[in-house]
Amino acid sequence: MSNQETETTHVSFRDVKSKYKGIFAWIFSTDHKRVGLLYLYSIVSFFVVGVLLGAAMKLELMSPGKTIMDPQAYNAIFTLHGVIMIFLVVVPGLPAVFGNFFLPIMIGAKDVAFPKLNLLSWWVYVVGALVALSALFAGGGPPDTGWTFYAPYSFKTNTNMLPAVLGAFILGFSSILTGINFIVTIHRLRAPGMSWFRLPLFPWTLYGTAWIQILATPIVGITLLMIVGERLFNIGFFDPALGGDPILYQHLFWIYSHPAVYIMILPAMGVISEIIPTFANKSIFGYKAIVISTLAIAFVGYFVWGHHMFTSGMSGTALYTFSFLTFLVAIPSAIKVFNWVGTLHKASIQLEAPFFWAASFLFVFMIGGLSGLALGALATNVHLHDTAFVVAHFHFIVFGGVGFAFMGAIHYWFPKMWGRMYNTRVATTGWIFFFIGFNTLYLPMFFLGIDGMPRRYYDYVERFHGPNIVSTIGSWVMIAGIIIILVNLIRGAKYGPITTNKNPWGGKTLEWEVDSPPTLENFEEIPVIDRSPYDYR
Amino acid sequence: MNQTMTLSHDLHRDDEASKIGMWLFIFTELLLFAGLFIVYGVYRYLNPVAFHLAAEELSVTVGTYNTIILLVSSATMAMASTAIRLKNKGMTLLLLGITLFIAFMFMVNKFFEWKGKFGHGIFPGSDDLLRLGHGDTLFFGLYFFMTGLHALHIIVGFVLITIVAVRVNNNTLTADNPVLLDNSGLYWHLVDLIWIFLFPLFYLIT
Repeated sequence: MSNQETETTHVSFRDVKSKYKGIFAWIFSTDHKRVGLLYLYSIVSFFVVGVLLGAAMKLELMSPGKTIMDPQAYNAIFTLHGVIMIFLVVVPGLPAVFGNFFLPIMIGAKDVAFPKLNLLSWWVYVVGALVALSALFAGGGPPDTGWTFYAPYSFKTNTNMLPAVLGAFILGFSSILTGINFIVTIHRLRAPGMSWFRLPLFPWTLYGTAWIQILATPIVGITLLMIVGERLFNIGFFDPALGGDPILYQHLFWIYSHPAVYIMILPAMGVISEIIPTFANKSIFGYKAIVISTLAIAFVGYFVWGHHMFTSGMSGTALYTFSFLTFLVAIPSAIKVFNWVGTLHKASIQLEAPFFWAASFLFVFMIGGLSGLALGALATNVHLHDTAFVVAHFHFIVFGGVGFAFMGAIHYWFPKMWGRMYNTRVATTGWIFFFIGFNTLYLPMFFLGIDGMPRRYYDYVERFHGPNIVSTIGSWVMIAGIIIILVNLIRGAKYGPITTNKNPWGGKTLEWEVDSPPTLENFEEIPVIDRSPYDYR
Repeated sequence: MNQTMTLSHDLHRDDEASKIGMWLFIFTELLLFAGLFIVYGVYRYLNPVAFHLAAEELSVTVGTYNTIILLVSSATMAMASTAIRLKNKGMTLLLLGITLFIAFMFMVNKFFEWKGKFGHGIFPGSDDLLRLGHGDTLFFGLYFFMTGLHALHIIVGFVLITIVAVRVNNNTLTADNPVLLDNSGLYWHLVDLIWIFLFPLFYLIT
């Protein structure tokens, strides 16, 4: 670490001299901010690919019958869309980008506990991504099982499953390394005086997330490894012909993959808990309730995986238990929504782009959450299972939740990360397009699902035509929004006006006290904390 | 307590943090095997007789021998942690050397054990195994998968301890910074611990 650099007054972490030149100064940098930006650029690239694949699916569904692709291509595209969006975008998303960049700053540290491990986790991510995407080009054709790799099809299909499964396995390691790093960082590197209940809420949610990453990811790791074993050595773990049980695969897969949705949504809730008090200019309502509900979600979320398998064949007792626990896990999420709304009550609200994203997060998250209860109830689940309703619910929670929080986060922290400002009016326009497009795209799917349209089919009967046209048009509006947002942010990062104010929004957490962009080690002197993180009044 | 933490971070070294990190990693390793233990439990419950008979095919003698030497290697690894603190470089290297030798011997035994099974036509996907029935297929499938994954961990541990030995030898790992040695030791004990579970599951419960 080049200590002499920081002593010569405020040099941005982007301009710090490195022993490497050009791009190598980034891809070999252990600075948590550079690693965060490396993740940002990789994740946004994969996100764009995932969006294009999704748009291709919507285009296929615009009219019944074959529109632009055959069934096999459609199967491959929804698999790739799922694998890319889940394993490469949403699971690492917020923790790897904004967690890496802001966790150390928000707790008053100079870096994460293991900077080299942090860089390694990005490299592992890149290797995993390349292995997974090599499935596209090597023989056999792209995988067609869906992102869940359900047995026994995943080891019976002739498509190129092995790289996809191995890639997901490698990406799991990246996730575990980040989790370990964050837990140790939060335990060891909090600034003096920052007790657990003075920890800002975004780091709190990262802490909960990190525990799920550590506790759940190894299970999917070993499960994917068993699929590799099945394909390579014909072992028979999940093959009924050899005595294995495919339902066991589903259990093992969802033991990870349900907690994984909390890996996705918890940091999103953390971001919203940062944005809302800043733009409400008011202390967050019920800080402790938010912290405890975060931990409660992380804990209870571990025991609800069976609700993905209500129609797979389980005992009645298991069905009732999983359904009950599913309803239970909705309570802490609802508590948070009440807290956010409570914060806005009688506040003087600053209407800026990040706040629009946070407020619309509440809207889509409520729709996603409540439709989740319809799926968690046994009777309705049997009707709605494997229909477009599930797709709508999932996208309202994961894209609506994590996507909106990600957009909110990047608009909120943009001036800190780049030291420049984007055009706020264009940002709001982009949000309007995105928000309208998003709802037009996914709301019709609820009705299609209730009406009985199955998911993952490239074709449908004539009576589903109308809502599908609306949905496809929605996807175009949303993509227009994404283009506006991306162009605006890229322009802002390059040519936007330089922000002289360290704290443009009036936030109270530590990241608003450091330079924009921060220096190599963030703080010249580690701050001493003597107040709560949202000390507005 | 917080003050000392930031102080140690200024020096870019926090042994306590490294220990916590290692323990968390060990936890993930245990969970990795836990997934396999679940699968083992389920299939043993479904095929009690076949698992019982198949387990008798494995040699308890070889298993016991491997268990004993692996336990001894854990002891020598722990002693190496003490020896480096006593600034006894020669003894540290000797103890690490014994650990490496035992790891090698374990793999040699494993090799001959697997080779024997292969010789009898018992390996995943073999025709003989398919003739024996579902229970045997699953038992030996799990046997090869779990002991294979464990052997992979032995190899990783072997590499890790070799690196430690090289660094002790060229004095970059001394009594002042023994944390890499300690963490490698923790990893080695984990490998040992997993074997302690595998041994009864496959060899003893008949």
